[in-house]
Amino acid sequence: MTSAAPARTALVRNKVRSPFGEFWRRLLRQKIAMAASALLALLVLSAIFAPWLAPYDPTAADYDNILAGPTAAHWAGTDAFGRDVFSRILYGGRISLAVGFLSVSLGGIAGILAGLVSGFYGGRVDALIMRICDVLLAFPGILLAIGVIAILGPGIENVIYAVAVFSIPVFARLVRGSTLALKQAVYVDAARAIGVKNWFLMVRHILPGTLPSVIVYFSMRIGTSILTAASLSFIGLGAQPPSPEWGAMLADGRSFIGVASNVTVYPGLAIFVTVLAFNLLGDGLRDALDPKLKQN
Amino acid sequence: MLHYLIRRLAGIVPVILVVSVLVFAFVHLLPGDPARVIAGPEASAADVANIRQGMGLDRPLWEQYARFLGRAVSGDFGQSLKTKHTVIEEIGVRFMPTVWLTFFAMLWSTIVGLLIGVLSAVKRGRWQDYSGMVLAVSGISFPPFWLGLLLIDLLSVQLGWLPTGGYGTWQHFVMPSFTLGLGVAAVIARFTRSSFIEIMREDYVRTARAKGVHERLVVWKHALRNALIPVITMVGLQFGFLLGGSIVVETVFSWPGLGRLLVDSVSYRDYPVIQAEILLFSLEFILINLIVDLLYALANPEIRYK
Repeated sequence: MTSAAPARTALVRNKVRSPFGEFWRRLLRQKIAMAASALLALLVLSAIFAPWLAPYDPTAADYDNILAGPTAAHWAGTDAFGRDVFSRILYGGRISLAVGFLSVSLGGIAGILAGLVSGFYGGRVDALIMRICDVLLAFPGILLAIGVIAILGPGIENVIYAVAVFSIPVFARLVRGSTLALKQAVYVDAARAIGVKNWFLMVRHILPGTLPSVIVYFSMRIGTSILTAASLSFIGLGAQPPSPEWGAMLADGRSFIGVASNVTVYPGLAIFVTVLAFNLLGDGLRDALDPKLKQN
Repeated sequence: MLHYLIRRLAGIVPVILVVSVLVFAFVHLLPGDPARVIAGPEASAADVANIRQGMGLDRPLWEQYARFLGRAVSGDFGQSLKTKHTVIEEIGVRFMPTVWLTFFAMLWSTIVGLLIGVLSAVKRGRWQDYSGMVLAVSGISFPPFWLGLLLIDLLSVQLGWLPTGGYGTWQHFVMPSFTLGLGVAAVIARFTRSSFIEIMREDYVRTARAKGVHERLVVWKHALRNALIPVITMVGLQFGFLLGGSIVVETVFSWPGLGRLLVDSVSYRDYPVIQAEILLFSLEFILINLIVDLLYALANPEIRYK
């Protein structure tokens, strides 16, 4: 009895923070992650406003001015058709960011649903969904994407589906794990006891608890997906010319190595910076979620 | 251990079967009539009928699958539509170049990744740690095809030190294996660091220090051995990543391997080759995962008895 009183006063003195508030507070303290999100905000804005920001039409050829290095008029030089590389990179950002975001969202939604159902119902449903995940994971990611493209045909839309497919099993496993833990929670039992329906239990009471780890993974996955999509375009299976997709621009620039470095340097730099920013943000989110992992 | 081995082997049989069904179904998932797709756009109706009969596409599906599986087991995947050689010949000549490329990439990235990881963990919070981890997160984010192009520009075109691509001498290996291994080295470095930091907190490390064991011995003997167990798993799993990465890197460096063959066959719609390659890649991947699990179980008895 003697220990109860100090414990209660301690509780009153220290303001209790919600888990989300705690996560947010720790995230804001991560300087690198904050810098990365500022950079990402800049990239997203420049992609959205590309038509107003780009000094030239990304597909307008200028045959009097081909493969020129960076100048005041063309910040990143021009390519083999005299197109402005800087404008193309701005427009290409729309494609890469959209592909990354859409593919991970598609794969994420499918994976979250599968993971929720799998963890919540258990038994045969669980076994079936987890075996499907095993099969999907039996293919190295990019191979699965190439397989999907071999069926659907090359093109940027099909790249979205192809990259989405290999995000599904990872999200499914992640969410299944948290669901297994959360469905034992007292508040879930309580909700069940007052007659809450299964789907509402899953969506309203379990899903929010799985979201923090999903968010971390989402950020890291967008980086990977942008990289994979650019790889697919680079090997000729994704965006097709004259699309200013970054990977496709590199594939174009490949023939002019040694003649004009600007056509390979800048699009690659754009991919690198974008992927790096997503990875740094993901690292920061992870550390904020689980401070033990950072071990500082 | 034997019991565990049998259980794991039994576990992968259904996965392999489903993978084989998917690879088989692949030709049937193509939009349109597979015989017409394989025959090409300018084939006559008679050609299409011939192909349909020749490939057994007019038989019931289960019978086609049984035939496909039976032939696949004996390594018969039919003919390449592009070169008319047997698929197994096409794959055979490209198998070793990919194996060697993957091997050298794995070799250097494991050594460098481990060293950077341990150094970062031991010098935690100091400049060695920061530079190691900056290198690592950059390595993960670096597009391999961009790295390849930059290297070709610098080392081949401008300095003329190394060949731009192709296969043959040791010089041909330098840039492709560096490019392929960079991402893996970065992942291993990050993973080694966190695994090592965790181990350095264990009681037996404190005990070793307390009884006056030299710090160097604590790091390299007491801690490293235990930290290596999860790292080995991680290294094994990176093989799958390398298999995928080889597809892109082989394209950049005109490497005569399986990855480039796959890209070429997808562009050419050479379906028998695509089928065989996807099956081969996934079998390799499943096999590697199995070996990793077994190694892990050998190192850690708790897993075996679960």
